[in-house]
Amino acid sequence: MSAAAVTEKPVSVAYGNRYRIGAWLAIASILMLFTALVSSYIVRSASSNDWVPIGMPRVLWLSTSLILISSVTIEISRRSLKALDDAGYGRWLIVTVVLGLGFLGSQLIAWRQLARQGVYIATNPHSSFYYLFTAAHGLHLLGGLVALGYLVLRTTKKRDTVDGELRRVGAAGAATIYWHFMDGLWIGLFLLLFFWK
Amino acid sequence: MAEATHEVVHRHEAPKSFIRKYIFSLDHKVIGIQYILLALSAVVVGMLMSILMRVNLSWPGTHIKIMETLFPTGAPGGVMSPEFYLSLVTMHGTIMVFFVLTTAPQGGFGNYFLPIQIGAEDMAFPTLNMLSFWVTFVGFIVLLSAIFAEGNATVGAWFSKLGESFAAGSGTVGPIGGWTGYPPLSGLGKVAGPGQGAGVNLWVISIAIFCVGSLLGALNFITTLLNMRTRGMSMMRMPLTCWAWFTTAILALLSFPVLLGGGILLLLDRIAGTSFFIPGNLYVSGALQPLHNGGSPLLWQHLFWFFGHPEVYIAILPGMGATSHILSTFARKPIFGYRAMVFAIFAIGGLGFFVWGHHMFISGMSPYSAIAFSVLTLSIGVPSAIKTFNWLGTLWGARIRFTTPMLFALGFVSLFVAGGITGLVLGQTSLDFFFHDTYFVTAHFHLVMGVASIFGMFAATYFWFPKMFGRMMSESLGKFHFWITFIGVYAIFVPFHAMGMLGMPRRYANYGEYEFLKNSRSLVMFVTVAAIITVSVQIVFYFNFFWSMFKGKKATDNPWEATTLEWVIPSPPPHDNFAGHVPTVYHGPYEFSVPGAANDYIMQTEPEGAS
Repeated sequence: MSAAAVTEKPVSVAYGNRYRIGAWLAIASILMLFTALVSSYIVRSASSNDWVPIGMPRVLWLSTSLILISSVTIEISRRSLKALDDAGYGRWLIVTVVLGLGFLGSQLIAWRQLARQGVYIATNPHSSFYYLFTAAHGLHLLGGLVALGYLVLRTTKKRDTVDGELRRVGAAGAATIYWHFMDGLWIGLFLLLFFWK
Repeated sequence: MAEATHEVVHRHEAPKSFIRKYIFSLDHKVIGIQYILLALSAVVVGMLMSILMRVNLSWPGTHIKIMETLFPTGAPGGVMSPEFYLSLVTMHGTIMVFFVLTTAPQGGFGNYFLPIQIGAEDMAFPTLNMLSFWVTFVGFIVLLSAIFAEGNATVGAWFSKLGESFAAGSGTVGPIGGWTGYPPLSGLGKVAGPGQGAGVNLWVISIAIFCVGSLLGALNFITTLLNMRTRGMSMMRMPLTCWAWFTTAILALLSFPVLLGGGILLLLDRIAGTSFFIPGNLYVSGALQPLHNGGSPLLWQHLFWFFGHPEVYIAILPGMGATSHILSTFARKPIFGYRAMVFAIFAIGGLGFFVWGHHMFISGMSPYSAIAFSVLTLSIGVPSAIKTFNWLGTLWGARIRFTTPMLFALGFVSLFVAGGITGLVLGQTSLDFFFHDTYFVTAHFHLVMGVASIFGMFAATYFWFPKMFGRMMSESLGKFHFWITFIGVYAIFVPFHAMGMLGMPRRYANYGEYEFLKNSRSLVMFVTVAAIITVSVQIVFYFNFFWSMFKGKKATDNPWEATTLEWVIPSPPPHDNFAGHVPTVYHGPYEFSVPGAANDYIMQTEPEGAS
């Protein structure tokens, strides 16, 4: 084996891993943010008697279904890329983006429904946390959507070098991990907000 | 180096335009220097504030002409109001902790040297790296804007237009609640006093922005270190500096989100009318506060200190890394107990997450929790002692080269021990009961977290300056700087302990009002004189730094005869660090005075059996 081969290989493999490591670290960090907020939720719910649980907007079932389905579609997209099916990869990626936007849309509808009932962020601690959690989760999901949008734009580029290819696979893998995390995080928050206790 | 000829040389050219090269640069070295310059600017503001505080403590009621001109509301007739003093305390702490102690050690030196020391051509995500600096920079600007929003009526009027909670122009230089910003007062808005309107808003926003910048940086550091080590650079061959930056990045990654969460909640309490931290039936400034109900002020303390304690290690671990590295180099001996050093760094970092309660002993927590926190706190003494004894073991019997970086590294060890030992005092619940909120605490954390970390950074600056700028700093100016600073900081902070034992409370603008403190006047004067001298002598450092950048003696590639990868490449390094070659590492980082070797040091890249 020539020295060139020795130097080339780890560098290329590294690119894929790099995005994946980055995604896991981002998840660890976001998890700490939500751990802090959820701990506050639990502490605050026990610290006084002004806690009035808000009624769950029905549309949240829709958002929950949308994000659950989007986890499936992004997985299909990732597998298509792995199976060298570029068209399938791009198509399912777009479906995921649409589902993600649908999720954000239905979250906004839920906000509007609550506002129409006169439930605002300062109404009571439960509503405060509801708006906070959905906003914080939505912002992070929006970040994921930006990443997916970037991947969609890059699907028009042809496959070129081994290096670029590994990078693409790595980035798609990282985005998939992150997206699943966004899904799981929402399920967790949803259960905490409306089914805990 | 026969194999070098076969290697694929894959060079990255440096960008040509000024903006891409020096402002929005993706080069980790430029970003590192940007962080260092940010810290060098922030520390000037922080030091000036501490001098103003000392002047007010020593000569209360002094008329300072310039204060009258600059802050007609906060210092009517040139005399500082107590609130003005409190805002100085707050801003001094915030600027120093965030924009000096967190930026220079990690963002500055870590950014510059971590990739080089592991043999990488840059960080894993260069764009993210650039973003993390500029986000941090914006955070600093927002924090500085608090000074003018509260201190200047004209600027204050602009901010006041943003809404009720941004009421500004109250004549301070920022919030008055201290760098810990405890609610409920920090959550109420202007009713809680001068500086508590726009001042607190800008302060919280600045910290939130800073958190984001640090998180981006931490993610980048960890990925780089895990993913981009060169051939032969196993984890256990990394210099201890890299271990320290790695651990620091993990701490930052896990602790800053918690502060960010707390900051968001506090901001919502202030601007959205929520009650996360603010209880009901509060009677503040002569009026019942009807807006809030049911919040828990202690919740903030938990969130804040869950971040706050790891933050202490975020400040000091890079200094420990630099000290280990520099001690070994100038003792011309391998670091004593490399493995133990690595585990000790991790133990300190890990334990740091379980001791936040020792900042809250007097908050009314259960005595059982207090005991648990106390025992865990004291157990940090074990890895700290391991490190200290290993440093001493490294020095034992060594033929030490007393260069300026070495002096500062030795100073670090001295200060770390002197400041750390009082941690054992404050970690006991019964003693903390007495010492809490006195100058004893101020003495403790200034020595161990403030000055020791700064000494680590001074050591790092003098050590790596030749690599960064291709020129040596003046040794004689450096030694002068060291001795005055070293004696100076002890002269400032040892008397602080005595004041604390006398019961002098921290943060008070005027201790002279208390009968039992009347006798401490000489102590206070002594500290003030020492502080003025110590701060003035930093001018020598700044002069040495900027003068040597252009006029210093040209540095060779390896002026200190050190072993790690940064000394293999030219000073200053080319844009892509290793000029397209991938270095191969054959040795551990501290192979000094190896029996039978040609030199008294073996470079990490020297092939096995070559000497």
